[in-house]
Amino acid sequence: MIAYLIRRLLYAVPILLGVNLITFALFFMVNTPDDMARIQLGAKHVTAEAIARWKVQHGYDKPLFYNAQAEGGERLTQTLFTQKSLSLFALEFGQADDGRSIAREIQTRMWPSLAVAMPTFFIGLAVYLATALMLVFFRRSRLELAGVVMLVVLMSISGLFYVIGGQFVLGKLWHWAPISGYAPGLEAWKFLVLPVLVGVVSGIGESGRFYRALFLEEIHQDYVRTARAKGLSEARVLFNHILPNAAIPILTGVVVVLPRLFLGSLVIESFFGVPGLGSYTIDAIQAQDFGIVRAMVFLGSLLYIVGLVLTDLSYTLVDPRVRLQ
Amino acid sequence: MSVQPVLLASDVLLAILLMALVAYLVHVRQQPPLQATWRRVTRTALGRVAGTVLALYLTVGVLDSLHYRPALPAQGGQAVQYSNEVLSVLDAVLTPLRTGVEKTYSAPMATHLYAKETVTLASGEVVRVAPPLKHWHLLGTDKVGQDVLYLSLKSIRTGLLIGTLTTLIMLPFAVTLGLAAGYFGGRVDDAIQYLYTTLNSIPGVLLIAAAVLVVQVQIEMHPDWFDSAAARADVRLLALCAILGMTSWTGLARLLRAEALKLRELEFVHAARAFGVGHAGIVRRHILPNVGHLIVISVVLDFSGLVLAEAVLSYVGAGVDPATASWGNMINGARLELAREPIVWWQLAAAFGFMFVLVLAANLFADAVKDAFDPRTAR
Repeated sequence: MIAYLIRRLLYAVPILLGVNLITFALFFMVNTPDDMARIQLGAKHVTAEAIARWKVQHGYDKPLFYNAQAEGGERLTQTLFTQKSLSLFALEFGQADDGRSIAREIQTRMWPSLAVAMPTFFIGLAVYLATALMLVFFRRSRLELAGVVMLVVLMSISGLFYVIGGQFVLGKLWHWAPISGYAPGLEAWKFLVLPVLVGVVSGIGESGRFYRALFLEEIHQDYVRTARAKGLSEARVLFNHILPNAAIPILTGVVVVLPRLFLGSLVIESFFGVPGLGSYTIDAIQAQDFGIVRAMVFLGSLLYIVGLVLTDLSYTLVDPRVRLQ
Repeated sequence: MSVQPVLLASDVLLAILLMALVAYLVHVRQQPPLQATWRRVTRTALGRVAGTVLALYLTVGVLDSLHYRPALPAQGGQAVQYSNEVLSVLDAVLTPLRTGVEKTYSAPMATHLYAKETVTLASGEVVRVAPPLKHWHLLGTDKVGQDVLYLSLKSIRTGLLIGTLTTLIMLPFAVTLGLAAGYFGGRVDDAIQYLYTTLNSIPGVLLIAAAVLVVQVQIEMHPDWFDSAAARADVRLLALCAILGMTSWTGLARLLRAEALKLRELEFVHAARAFGVGHAGIVRRHILPNVGHLIVISVVLDFSGLVLAEAVLSYVGAGVDPATASWGNMINGARLELAREPIVWWQLAAAFGFMFVLVLAANLFADAVKDAFDPRTAR
């Protein structure tokens, strides 16, 4: 098991390197630091000196991969690739364009992100599984037909509609919850109700259908027939036999996104004014602050790989046949 | 009236796509089993209705893709000059809607403008009234007085292009890489798996947003590349499709890889190899036809997701050009107007409504296709 974990972590290095190369190619080779400076400085007619000054200020005044002017090992380290891209491996995110430390921003902003994403995720999972189980339990009935039609309709509605509709109806018309904003500490729950609700509802169509299909796949298996032949009730078959067996495909989709909950949701956070990492990223995209975007891409990839390893570990918990070597 | 046809890059691609569709239909006609499968799609009432709705949207989209520049009114003796504005056949059909512009918002089917104005009456009395509208608008008008129905119809092309061109760009990657990984195995498999794990590990929206950002900067830096605003918006739309395509091939590739892994061990493939058929021949004649249903199912399933993604990406600021008519832009422009009193709801309702009908039809059609093509479905 330890050997397996070490191998998986070593396997992560080339993937993260690949991610780094992709982002580096996007942000430094396609879009040169000169372009970046010109966009940041704004005006159409910027002088060459102004660009050079901006590059020095933000540490972009170095060659891409190989520094011919430096001495010895510094030929490789005094380059943009090492300083801006490889440094991410040491979790050194550097500074945003406004001069603030990205790492500190991430530390403070991940809590609001988690406060929104965690309840959304777990309440959502419970609701989706319950919906799917109910539809499977009452299969070949009017209830199932109505439920399936509802799910198709719900999944055909744009996610933006849920956000805007929720804010308008619950926030503006009924005054149940503040439309947007955030408060630190325990006061936050008031602001969390609406984003969590919207997050859960907007996923119900797609996820409900997905889990229903998973359960229906299991229901035609031989062990289900055996369980019924033993005289077990349909409820016991469903909860004691089908649910545990469907756990593997469920975990495949669920565990991998767990670590990424830190990063929050781009759309939900910026619509509801949650000062988390999602809105941080959106602001960075809109302000074209590449340093932040690069850091978030790297962090996202890292957490994805952690998620993949966790998925494998979770298999050993639910399926005794799985052994990691 | 003389016109000068304009061929935007996306028009060409859409034409290629339509030709591919026609070629596929001809292919279906020649293959009775395939024809029978498609018959099963159209036999269900839902499949038929959904197909009809999709065909209607497609017609509007195609009409909107035949672009031209109208001639300017002739000025004695001069050669014919063409307008800078690029129009489409749809614009010509909808001329009354396009040109019937009001001052600002007006409610659906209203007779008067939304905002009140100070008017001096003939008697010298000054009153605040909502002025009467010049035209009748089924779905009202937006902030700058454009007809909302016209904008919604214009957005159809954008939605369709994103849903279809992305697939067109994604398919070659997904099919060749997925089949190659599964069929050849070994080093090839390792390399391709590495490629898609790396791409998958980058958060999707972020990668798309970052790439769109880069394209946007490039477009801003080189205004001289484009001869009209329409061409610039068009390139941005295509770039968005390309980026979405490059990031979304991994799912199908994985599916095809797993299928090819299974197929290459089957007897008919072994037999073909024993007869000395080359790798290309085996993949084309024995593997590809056996994964056809997976490709068809995933193409129709992806479509609706892509249409919905456009709206979200436009909101994030990584969508289509703000000047391009799209549901995402309509929603983005109108979402703050819900705070007005009385509320301005029609622009949002129109965008969500048009999008909902298209996506619902696509989802229902996809279900019908899946039921017909999936060999596990009981007949």
